[in-house]
Amino acid sequence: MKRIYVNEKWCLGCHLCEYECAFANSGLDKMFKLKGRMGELVTPRIKVEGEDKGEIHFAVNCRHCTGSICVQSCIAGALSKTDDGMVVIDKNKCVGCFTCVLVCPFGAIMPSPDGKAAQKCMLCTDNVKGEPNCVKYCPNNAIVYEER
Amino acid sequence: MKYVLIGNSTAAVACIEGIRSLDKDGEIVVISSENHHCYGRPLISYCLLGRVSKENMLYRPENFYKDNGVKTMLGRTVAEIDAAGKKVVLENGESVSYDKLLVATGSRPFIPPMDGLDGVKDKFTFMTYDDMEALGSALSPEKRVLVIGAGLIGLKCVEGILARVKQVTVVDLADRILPSILDAAGSEMIKSQLESLGVKFVSNDCAVKFEGNTATLKSGAKLDFDILVTAVGVRPNVELVKNAGGEVNRGVVVDAKMNTSLPDIYAAGDCAEGYDMTIDAKRILALLPNAYFQGRCAGINMAGGVESHMNGMPLNAIGFFGSHVLTAGVYEGEAFEEKTASTYKKLFVKGGRLVGFILINDFLRAGIYTSLIRNATPLSEVDFELLKTEPQLLAFSKEVRAQKLARKV
Repeated sequence: MKRIYVNEKWCLGCHLCEYECAFANSGLDKMFKLKGRMGELVTPRIKVEGEDKGEIHFAVNCRHCTGSICVQSCIAGALSKTDDGMVVIDKNKCVGCFTCVLVCPFGAIMPSPDGKAAQKCMLCTDNVKGEPNCVKYCPNNAIVYEER
Repeated sequence: MKYVLIGNSTAAVACIEGIRSLDKDGEIVVISSENHHCYGRPLISYCLLGRVSKENMLYRPENFYKDNGVKTMLGRTVAEIDAAGKKVVLENGESVSYDKLLVATGSRPFIPPMDGLDGVKDKFTFMTYDDMEALGSALSPEKRVLVIGAGLIGLKCVEGILARVKQVTVVDLADRILPSILDAAGSEMIKSQLESLGVKFVSNDCAVKFEGNTATLKSGAKLDFDILVTAVGVRPNVELVKNAGGEVNRGVVVDAKMNTSLPDIYAAGDCAEGYDMTIDAKRILALLPNAYFQGRCAGINMAGGVESHMNGMPLNAIGFFGSHVLTAGVYEGEAFEEKTASTYKKLFVKGGRLVGFILINDFLRAGIYTSLIRNATPLSEVDFELLKTEPQLLAFSKEVRAQKLARKV
């Protein structure tokens, strides 16, 4: 299965991936309509670490890891793994206890904007983009979508 | 190979998934006293609250048993394990043979001796789907509820019912609420929030006598109520293993592979006493994630694989009316603390390692802290000053980060 991998040395820390993630999951048709609505309508499922003026930057989102401790720990059966290994969340089943946040070693699952459920990267299979929008618009190949 | 599982909650489901990861064909039989499809047990409070529908309480999809080739015997109770004959005997005398047996019998509410309890008409415990249905049908806007026990179960019950009744009073022997997971400061924070919503608390006290709908407390105070909920704690269901001659301490004693002391008999979940790395000893960790870890480990070993579960630890994520409490590990050693009016963060460091934490309403990426405990990472290998401000992967070395982010994990 293709996953998103990080090339830390190429990351500019521009945060474009965060905006592209938020846009992809916003349901909006134009990026400019996001203005002023980040946080309220949608929050990114990818996070760029590193201070703006620092030397190190990199983006973190769900690793779709083999062990999937979030799936094992979910009290509601809201998290599951597809046959090809993608970790998915059913937000209608999620009760927002955030046990998944407590156990994810990557810090890659977070509350949705209304705080009532968790959200995570599903590789843009859950929106109209169909494949990772963060990778598509990364200006420096600091994140790639491939088999490893 | 024939696998028999006693119990149908998290540990049993995890066991099925563990078995099926290796053995697609072996016969699996699940026997459970509860006559329900597997459901998320902690969801009962969310269902009373109206946050989750009964249909969405299913822990696994409707066709889970069929898809996994599992035969269910629900609403049936095992009376005895015949370890020598490798069979279990049901209450009606029917027996079911096994090659490998999982005991995932869970726990049951503990009801302390209280005079006159038999005379209380509307009394409930709060653990199962049936408990939820029974309590739910007794609720109405004019009712006053007395909850005995300010622990995780008692307070989740309070959240579930508060809007549906006139008054909720919680009595607990301890000097604070949620004593098993919170220190005094954290406890006070959640208590104030719940009090502001109308919940009344009586600490350092317990009910000693009931006369009709009046409870007399140890302090002499009297409390009138219409509905009583007892939630002082749980006791593991160890009797089947004990009577079969297996080693039982507080729970059914298991090794790292979830073997009991009896051949081909495994145990997992709330009934089992497994290894807790944070105290370097065995103890019951009656928590849902732990039940899954243990159940899955048991299933893999039952199917001939090799799996150990050596990193069990206390893990709690619990919320009340929009606030969130995430805790892990033990509260020992040096503490680093940050507190605001609505948030609380306390990290515990011992022997150069993070051993526990309490996070209230400031919990983003908490799993990075948990992973430090689970991996017993020496804090000398990370930038702990950075981690104190917030959990982040920047605090790890470039090499460790590459392992986490630049390869398949």
